Amino acid sequence: MVVALVGRHLGTRVFWLAGVAPLVTVVYAAFAGVRLRDDGAWTEAYSWVPELGLAIDFRLDQFSLLLVVLVGVIGVFVFGYAASYFHEGPEVPRTAAVLLAFAGSMLGLVMSDNVLLMFGFWELTSITSFLLVGTNDEMPSARSAALHALLVTGGGGLAMLGGLVLIGQAAGTYSLSEIVAAPPSGTTVSVGVGLVLLGALTKSAQVPFHSWLPGAMAAPTPISAYLHSATMVKAGVFLVARFSPAFATLGVWRWMVLGAGTASLLLGGYRALRQHDIKLVLAYGTISQLGLLMILFGAGTEETALAGCVLLLAHAAFKASLFLTVGIVDHQTHTRDLRSLSGLGRRWPIVAGAAALAAASMAGIPPLFGFIAKEYALKGYLEPNAPAHIAILTAIVVGSMFTVAYSARFLWGAFGPAEDHGPDGTTVGADAAHPSALFAGAPVVLGVIGLVLGVAPMLADPLVGGGLEALGYGDGSVSLHLWSGFNAALGLSALVIAGGAVLFLARRRVERVQEAMPHVPSALLVYERSLAGLLQGSGRLTAITQSGSLPVYLAVIVLTAVVAPLVPLLSVGGPEVWPSWVDSPLQVVLAVIVVVTALSAAFAHRRFVAVLFLGAAGYAVVGLFLVQGAPDLALTQVLVETLSIVAFVLVLRHLPERFAPTRVPLRRVLPAAMGVLVAAFVFVFLITASGVRDTDLTAGGASAASSAGDATLSEEFLARAEVEANGRNVVNVVLVDFRGFDTMGEITVIVVAALGIVALVAAGRRRPDGTGDGEGGDGDDDGLSHPVPVDQSVDVPEPGSAKVESGGVG
Amino acid sequence: MSHEPTEPGTEADHDDLVISDDPRPMRPSSPILDVVIRAEFQVLLVVSLYLLFAGHNQPGGGFIGGLVAAAAFTTRYVAGGAAELRRSLRVPSSVLLGVGLLVAVGTALVLLADGGAFLEHRLLKATLPVIGEVKTTTALFFDIGVFLVVVGVIVSILEALGAPTEDDR
Repeated sequence: MVVALVGRHLGTRVFWLAGVAPLVTVVYAAFAGVRLRDDGAWTEAYSWVPELGLAIDFRLDQFSLLLVVLVGVIGVFVFGYAASYFHEGPEVPRTAAVLLAFAGSMLGLVMSDNVLLMFGFWELTSITSFLLVGTNDEMPSARSAALHALLVTGGGGLAMLGGLVLIGQAAGTYSLSEIVAAPPSGTTVSVGVGLVLLGALTKSAQVPFHSWLPGAMAAPTPISAYLHSATMVKAGVFLVARFSPAFATLGVWRWMVLGAGTASLLLGGYRALRQHDIKLVLAYGTISQLGLLMILFGAGTEETALAGCVLLLAHAAFKASLFLTVGIVDHQTHTRDLRSLSGLGRRWPIVAGAAALAAASMAGIPPLFGFIAKEYALKGYLEPNAPAHIAILTAIVVGSMFTVAYSARFLWGAFGPAEDHGPDGTTVGADAAHPSALFAGAPVVLGVIGLVLGVAPMLADPLVGGGLEALGYGDGSVSLHLWSGFNAALGLSALVIAGGAVLFLARRRVERVQEAMPHVPSALLVYERSLAGLLQGSGRLTAITQSGSLPVYLAVIVLTAVVAPLVPLLSVGGPEVWPSWVDSPLQVVLAVIVVVTALSAAFAHRRFVAVLFLGAAGYAVVGLFLVQGAPDLALTQVLVETLSIVAFVLVLRHLPERFAPTRVPLRRVLPAAMGVLVAAFVFVFLITASGVRDTDLTAGGASAASSAGDATLSEEFLARAEVEANGRNVVNVVLVDFRGFDTMGEITVIVVAALGIVALVAAGRRRPDGTGDGEGGDGDDDGLSHPVPVDQSVDVPEPGSAKVESGGVG
Repeated sequence: MSHEPTEPGTEADHDDLVISDDPRPMRPSSPILDVVIRAEFQVLLVVSLYLLFAGHNQPGGGFIGGLVAAAAFTTRYVAGGAAELRRSLRVPSSVLLGVGLLVAVGTALVLLADGGAFLEHRLLKATLPVIGEVKTTTALFFDIGVFLVVVGVIVSILEALGAPTEDDR
């Protein structure tokens, strides 16, 4: 928030300010890293809604720390870089603030121990991602890409919430660490795990949900580098890594994680070979790498998890570096088409060198960090205890060949000479301006990190070892080696590099083969079709349920209210104790008044008269409340009646003076019958409810709660009110204390209702203005324009009377 | 007391109230009503505050207090229409809604941060200069939020429904 406010005066320098936050994170993580080696994990817990198992529990262990380091370090680079990348503009402070909000949610995600809390952060990252992808909100393509990403990841998130609840209920706890420590089992759990994985796969853009990620490349490049390669898309991998020690042996887990991971690894690599936009090459490469990460963490063995941790670090470094390089190219030459770019390598040797380091790390070429990751991955799947190890090993080898080939394609395309000129026959790059040192700094440093860690992998030992230990593998001591002797993994690595080189050198032929292949329907098409179908379907459903006829709505509401409680009512049977009919003669008088005025209201021909009679009936009920000794209720009722009449009068201005006369007998009889039915039902319901006070049915009616004396629930409240809540007015104590949460919900609802009323009235008013003065003239639109004020005649008294109801019930 | 020029001859029976051509259909022509309403307005507000603060031990509370305050504003509205309502309540109703919710939720959050459960109220004691020792609970703050929301809801409904419509023109 501060960033957004201050940002207006700082221009793009706002990113320097925002960058302080991840910098602090890194420093904190460094200190935490040292201490955590002894402590194991830090926890911080607040209870929130204990009834729902919802708690604000944070737990920082060494695997979380690994992710925290990623978010922090990459964050520092991205923020520093963004200061040069963005041009001054009104959206800059907003972007910086949202980016920071994202970083915060991501930290929350990896550090929360309560799965529901984690879900909250999970959704926050989806929402901030939506806002960031749509940064260029004037471009329709950016907007639709943002929506696409939100729908897919949000839909997956919803499935995940369901799955988390299933698992949490089965485990009896919503604590992530406790679930993993003592995993529940059974069919429910399998279904839950499947749903959670759906969330993880959508978030990490795995086949068949991958199509949103290339679209999300509409975001500015620093954002793509940060969210869509280094951090957010790793959330799914993170979740898989967390749960794999507990659930990796489940069938549903094997099929989903390993199946989707393998498919993504292969498809992403294959597709990357076909792209001409260097950013899309990287995007498909990310899908492929995320697939590999899924396979590694999903296998549930120590060796593969080790490879996963290494790859997690390596991937963040090289992919962020490459994305930031793309940003520089795009920023300086205004194109990302690898067919047009020419000669940049000669002009910017340092940037090109760093990109070469990063690409080589991605391709797994020694002596870079990516090579180590790949070696350990191959080694992990050479172990016979890994699931389906031969098949997946083959997939990794093939996928890695693709990776080598598209890494070379990227590098050659971006920095090498132009091969066949761009789509418009021009080449770009020979006269491109040099990026400033600050601008180029981030990708260069990140690229060099890959080399440093490759040569001296022991620097990453504590981080990786600790992460593994926190996941439940090993004892925290790991020593990574660049050179681990001549073995099968090394042979496979050589095979991969050779195969990739062949793929690259024969790229013309590969492209031709790809063209010739039959086209499977792309996931993007499937998404578009299903979105269109969804909109159409919901349109039809709305047309059926929302007929626009007020009487029909009323009838549905009223009948539901009658029918729904009927089943428990019948199971209870008659009241055990009938209340006495009359306590004082005054009640008889009042009751007569109520009956007479109510009947008069029903038979009135003019609306205003009917309203007045209704009001009179209401005041008579106030008298009944007073006689029964419920001053709170009476007071509320007086006020609600008064205010309702005022509201009615305001609404009546819009309506004809008299009720529409009708000659159709059915239209007279049906409402009357419904009214009698409701009245009879409420009567029976209240009598029964007050007769069986000790059951749940007590939550029945307002007058019931205050009339009878032998109420167990009431007595409990009466007894506890002064002792526990220091209040002698039990009604108020119930409202603000015992049932404070209900009240909170209620006031939220009435606020929303008030806003709705204001919006509806405003909409109803604006429409006739727009369409001219022909009030009700244009047939079809009439359904929207005129009945809108009519709706209020129902809505207005509702919040008020709802209050009366809840006030007494508690 | 009303500084609005009163239009003569708008003496209306009920039916004119119902379907009126007057853009300010709620304007009475009676200065007596005007004066009375001006006089009782402050009284009603004080009563509403009394109900709010007394609510924990005697009849009253946030809901009822809010309704009384809303009724006070409604009388002003009846006396002088939307302009009068705006004069009597300087704050936009949406601000009341927002602040009310914020106070209620804020109370809950403060209690939460204080180590209690959600909405687990505390007893507060303070010694004020003139009044002496005062005892209340944190539920009062929650009630103040409810109070504001109720006033905000009713005033915003009045504003929305009472604004002139195409029928009035």
